[in-house]
Amino acid sequence: MYSIATQSADETFNLGETLGAWLQPGDIITLNGDLGAGKTCLASGVGRGLHIESRVKSPTFALINEYEGKIPLYHMDAYRLDGPSEVNDLGLEEYFYGTGAVLVEWAQNIIDFLPEQRLDIFIDKDPIEEDTRNIRLVPHGIRYEQLAGELIAHVRTGN
Amino acid sequence: MSVIILGIETSCDETSAAVVINGREIKSNVISSQVDIHSKFGGVVPEVASRKHLELINHVIREALDEAGLNFADLNAVAVTYGPGLVGALLVGVAAAKSISFGLDIPLLGVNHLEGHVFANLLVEPNPAYPLICLVVSGGHTDLLLMHGPGQYELLGATRDDAAGEAFDKVARVLGLGYPGGPRVDQLAETGNQHAITLPRSYLEKDSLDFSFSGLKTAVINYLHRAQQRGEAVNSADVAAGFRQAVVDVLVDKTLAAAKRHDTRSIMLAGGVAANKLLREQLSARANDHGLRLIYPPLVLCTDNAAMIACAAYYKYQHGDFAPLSLNAVPGLPLGQDRY
Repeated sequence: MYSIATQSADETFNLGETLGAWLQPGDIITLNGDLGAGKTCLASGVGRGLHIESRVKSPTFALINEYEGKIPLYHMDAYRLDGPSEVNDLGLEEYFYGTGAVLVEWAQNIIDFLPEQRLDIFIDKDPIEEDTRNIRLVPHGIRYEQLAGELIAHVRTGN
Repeated sequence: MSVIILGIETSCDETSAAVVINGREIKSNVISSQVDIHSKFGGVVPEVASRKHLELINHVIREALDEAGLNFADLNAVAVTYGPGLVGALLVGVAAAKSISFGLDIPLLGVNHLEGHVFANLLVEPNPAYPLICLVVSGGHTDLLLMHGPGQYELLGATRDDAAGEAFDKVARVLGLGYPGGPRVDQLAETGNQHAITLPRSYLEKDSLDFSFSGLKTAVINYLHRAQQRGEAVNSADVAAGFRQAVVDVLVDKTLAAAKRHDTRSIMLAGGVAANKLLREQLSARANDHGLRLIYPPLVLCTDNAAMIACAAYYKYQHGDFAPLSLNAVPGLPLGQDRY
């Protein structure tokens, strides 16, 4: 298990930026946490890491936002999704097995439809320190074991 | 000769059709809302939205024609919202409009939903003094535009995270108020004390015309969390009032700053959140103080509706800016950049 704590929104953003720089086409990352935990903040960092010009914003309204960067980034909000018909309706599988990296917020709603190999990121607000976020990385598959390991090593050593 | 345009709008949770003559005279504006259906789920459910649009679209179009006392044969063009919005929802309107265009052999006009909101103002004020500042606030957008003329937009600032309307929806969610969040928070705020709780206002860097409402949302969540830990009761009305005031303060300040920087004489308010009473009142008061003219649409034209789409389309019609029958829905369509 891989866990780290960030002390501010900026630190969460920076973590996302590091992750983004290492993402490859086909990578699937889920972002899990309550409202206000910092899912979109981390996603914005990923966008920066992928050299996406415009800022990665909340995907809540459109459900899926697409960005062009070093590689394409697909950013989804599954909060209002439920069941196979919705997943088919939005053509989500085309994104999961496509040419870009995918970030999914509120992924538990569509967990059965996600590829088994992926990196699940859980962001929890610290119960005492308001600005602190406890972040756990749960990799599924060798690619994501490596990614999580490198990310943690980077955060701990600063390089 | 007058130009009769049928407008169709299905970008989110309203199915709407309207008949507008010469971009000015609204003969009918039928809006069938799905809010009741979606409130059960706490938000718009895309699959449900598409299916309901499909069930309603033909009836709504028929009713719009009947109310206008016209037939399909009277139409000169058909206009439709093709983005931004939910892809499945948009497709229903786009398919309907393309069929009508093909069947009647009349021009098809593709309209940006946000441009529709802007044109809702031109229905009440056809010839405003340009340039002007337009604040577009809705569930999905918070944009400050400099308009040099109809159809000419320069984006000055936008939200970096959550849209203003979205922040209302999310705060409604944590307060347990349900959907639609905006009107419910607004209603509750009327009975609260806006000074009871201090919430942050995010202005970002000096001179920035961008917005950020995510921090405010988190501050509300933190406040509720702290109260819960201490076992204190929360006055939801005070929270709603404090939150609403914080959103309105930033929207008003930045809009005024934009008008000053670009030396405009008028301000326009557009989008669903333009229906917010406090925003209207305070923007109106501040605009008055600075000798600025504030233009905003009547309440019925603030919600998503097809009259505004037909109005925006008339402008395109005059310029021969027709869409091909290959027109497709573009969920992330940017303002001022047509994709057909």
